[in-house]
Amino acid sequence: MGNIDSKRKLMMFGGVLGVFGALLAWMGNPKNMAICIACFIRDTAGAMKLHQAAAVQYVRPEIAGIVLGAFILSLVTREYRSTAGSSPMIRFLLGVIMMIGSLAFLGCPLRMVIRMAAGDLNAYVALIGFGLGTVTGTLALKRGFSLGRAYGTRSYSGYILPSILVVILIASIVTGAMAVSEKGPGSMHAPVLISLAGGLAFGMVSQRCRTCFAGGFRDLFLMRNYDLLTIIGGFFVVMLIYNMASGGFKLSFDGQPVAHSQHLWNILGMYAVGFAAVLAGGCPLRQLILAGQGSSDSAVTFLGLFVGAACCHNFGFAAAAAAAATESSPAVAGGLQGAGKAAVILCIAVLFAIGFVPRKEQI
Amino acid sequence: MMYEVDARGLSCPEPVLLTANALKTHGSGPIQVLVSENHTKENVRKYGISQGKKVTVEQDGLGFRLIIE
Repeated sequence: MGNIDSKRKLMMFGGVLGVFGALLAWMGNPKNMAICIACFIRDTAGAMKLHQAAAVQYVRPEIAGIVLGAFILSLVTREYRSTAGSSPMIRFLLGVIMMIGSLAFLGCPLRMVIRMAAGDLNAYVALIGFGLGTVTGTLALKRGFSLGRAYGTRSYSGYILPSILVVILIASIVTGAMAVSEKGPGSMHAPVLISLAGGLAFGMVSQRCRTCFAGGFRDLFLMRNYDLLTIIGGFFVVMLIYNMASGGFKLSFDGQPVAHSQHLWNILGMYAVGFAAVLAGGCPLRQLILAGQGSSDSAVTFLGLFVGAACCHNFGFAAAAAAAATESSPAVAGGLQGAGKAAVILCIAVLFAIGFVPRKEQI
Repeated sequence: MMYEVDARGLSCPEPVLLTANALKTHGSGPIQVLVSENHTKENVRKYGISQGKKVTVEQDGLGFRLIIE
């Protein structure tokens, strides 16, 4: 395949991703969640009863689709490389941290952009944190931070995560073993085949053009390179047009679906995500793609995201969504409770320890 | 002997950072960069071109060898 160099092509690829995102929202996924990686891993963890938050339990076919899409395309283009060995437990921890930060804000970097395109001003506030987080991670890289090399391993090591995700998806369709939300975001979803097809397409396009939300900002700060940001720009524009056309655009802090307005914690949550994503070599979406193309290290990061999601809901680290008062319930301000705030602070401290504590070891 | 950067198995953006450092310190002559994945090869290739260099890419086993001059 040829190389993707021109900005116009990159913008177009981002636009295509936006079309898939809009399609999934239109077909039933929560409107300004569309294809949020953190939310969908969290929903899948809930469906497997690793946490008991009844509103967010559903095996999201998009997750299997994205990994499988990257897996299939990388086999076709001979880019598949089964690798492992680049500090897997640090990557696991970075996965946990990315999930804790994401669920403090209520969305991964992909959903942050989706929420921005819907006019959610809280997401613009979070963007400040995300930008600062990627800058901090970039400073660590400049100081010589490295998780070390990955090495070639048995080719089927890279088949395992895509296979497990397919088994989970099939089990969710043909058995009653998985929990399914009856109300809340987990109950809103596109038909299974549409979700799977959307995920496959999203994964293939992202594998092809290396979509990475943390990489976009990192490359800007590090090398004044706008390639990855251009993809995000294309994605944003299409989602914005969709929201404008469908009446989903509302420029405000309040009244936004599955969001809260604790500005400090939106900033710090996404700060942790941006920082961790740069240290891990990619945002949650990019980790799924890398895992699909054979990286067992990224598969371990995925497991960290998965376990992190369960911890967030089991131990009260996840933020609550704000809600207006109804006849039967009072208004909810939403946001993080004490445990969630402590978890975010601890995550940031751990990131500084991982990224900046000097080491002399040769890896 | 050409200066060599062995960036095989490293995560993004380390291969590009190592290449940038090598061009700063040994940029007068050609440098050789070894990478193991297609996307890192592309990143290093584009970086070399953005610095006004000529970049030649060769397959090297399962990985790639880039000559930047």
